[in-house]
Amino acid sequence: MYEKDGERYFVVDGHVHFWDASPENQANEFGAGFINCFYDYHRNLSPPEEVWSLERFQRYSEQDLMHDLFEVGYVDVAIFLPTYLTDFYRRGFNTTEQNAAVADRHPGRFIVDGSWDPRDGDAGLAALEELAERFQLRGVKLYTAEWRGDSRGWRLDTPEAARYLAKSQELGIRNIHVHKGPTIWPLDRDAFDVSDVDHVATDFPDLNFIVEHVGLPRLEDFCWIATQEPNVYGGLAVAMPFIHTRPRYFAQVLGELLYWIGEDRILFASDYAIWRPQWLVERFVDFEIPADMTEYPELTTTVKRKILGLNAAGLYDIDVPHDLRVGLAPEETTAIGSEPARPA
Amino acid sequence: MTTRAAVLDALAGVRDPELDEPLTELGFVSGVSLDDGEVAVRLRLPTYFCSPSFVYLMAADAHAAVAALPGVGAVRVEVDDHFAGTAIGDATASEEGFGAAFPGESAGEPDALRERFRRKALAARQARIAERMLAAGRTPAQLAAATLADLPPEPDRERCRALRSELGVDAAPAAPAFVRPDGAPLASAEELTRFLRVARLVRVSLEGNGELCRGLLRTRYGEPAPEEAIA
Repeated sequence: MYEKDGERYFVVDGHVHFWDASPENQANEFGAGFINCFYDYHRNLSPPEEVWSLERFQRYSEQDLMHDLFEVGYVDVAIFLPTYLTDFYRRGFNTTEQNAAVADRHPGRFIVDGSWDPRDGDAGLAALEELAERFQLRGVKLYTAEWRGDSRGWRLDTPEAARYLAKSQELGIRNIHVHKGPTIWPLDRDAFDVSDVDHVATDFPDLNFIVEHVGLPRLEDFCWIATQEPNVYGGLAVAMPFIHTRPRYFAQVLGELLYWIGEDRILFASDYAIWRPQWLVERFVDFEIPADMTEYPELTTTVKRKILGLNAAGLYDIDVPHDLRVGLAPEETTAIGSEPARPA
Repeated sequence: MTTRAAVLDALAGVRDPELDEPLTELGFVSGVSLDDGEVAVRLRLPTYFCSPSFVYLMAADAHAAVAALPGVGAVRVEVDDHFAGTAIGDATASEEGFGAAFPGESAGEPDALRERFRRKALAARQARIAERMLAAGRTPAQLAAATLADLPPEPDRERCRALRSELGVDAAPAAPAFVRPDGAPLASAEELTRFLRVARLVRVSLEGNGELCRGLLRTRYGEPAPEEAIA
């Protein structure tokens, strides 16, 4: 919970990691390249005092995680999004099991999401059943650019992926986090294209599709599909730190999101440990759309409350203390897109 | 005899297909060397995992631009510090196409990708031009009626004309100044205003991506003066 100027904000961090990218866990040069790429994002978009050493960034402690999220980061509940990357890291980058082990030691703090990969076929469907039962999954994180043997990616709009989406729904998994990366099959297409999310959002209206990084670097494609599909949401991981380096760009991204999809379908996220929620939350609450950007709606306290936690709380049925619930009901919005479809 | 300046000049005509900016201005050219008519070009990128399709297009375009210079023999394009750099360099040297760089992993050449991003670039540049004109007091009706010749003679206008020519969209001075990315006309002030709302979103996205790429490149390689970058 964050409090400023007499206003209180319930905070759900919609995208956190507890990864192991230590050299000992790196399986090859791709594992090194992956964490170095993350580290460049971290160094490039963080205030100088927030920059960690590469060694710490590769492998931080559970104590760091708890401190940064809950002791000083104002986070009430954090959502673990696993990223397996088993072709890059011997024990995986961060798996559902590893995340769940941490979550078990800190009851009430984390939501543990699972993952699946349609390339795993029938065996993967059976494994998903087990995973869902064991961890009571309500969400999964999908990474369409994951390398698997000779394959460097997959698409959501295939019969194979449809089987997994149907199975997810059957198992009570409601929230499908989609993260696009730099590779896909086939490689000559735009790997970041989110049009496959458009297809499955139409075919599975009872599932929520949370497009991570609000589709960046394809913000325009994301807004376009989210405007048309009421069950598509946007996670702000990676967009958030622009509040420091490029505040006017951040205002434009947020302004476009508010204009196109509205305040009820945008979710705060730090992408910890790439960025720490503490400074992101503080600056977001202080943030205003610059006065000269008259084309964008005002960033009210109610809008900030929804983005910082209430929207994600709705998706995951997180119990929000009564006095922090202001603005929980979707309000009339002037956004182009329709109201969110919030399954009961 | 080809000079280093001529090679750099040729590379200035090669653009990042996603950002629609010259490789030389983005700082993506990290080295040029000439040896008796043989030219080696080194490219560097913001990340190790930059999308291979875009990297391939830049490398292949750089190869073609330099190979077209008079007096140039063999051309070699190397991509530094990239997961597929070697495969891409080999494929451009053999001129066998994208499929040769990634056998079994592509459905064809990335031509559709290139066209898609040309259309986005056209929309974004039109948004920039229109926003400046509206801020200067022109009305949407005036913009809808304007021809290319009516636009201020800025780099964005020239780039719009070039993109329109590449896309097969009328780029004559008397052609409408603002068109949909597929070349279809914007018949009224209302249509233009609605189109500009989408075009602004594309502009925000492309400009933001450009800033991020420049920032990551600086973080990755430091920030040398332009002449040092071409070491």
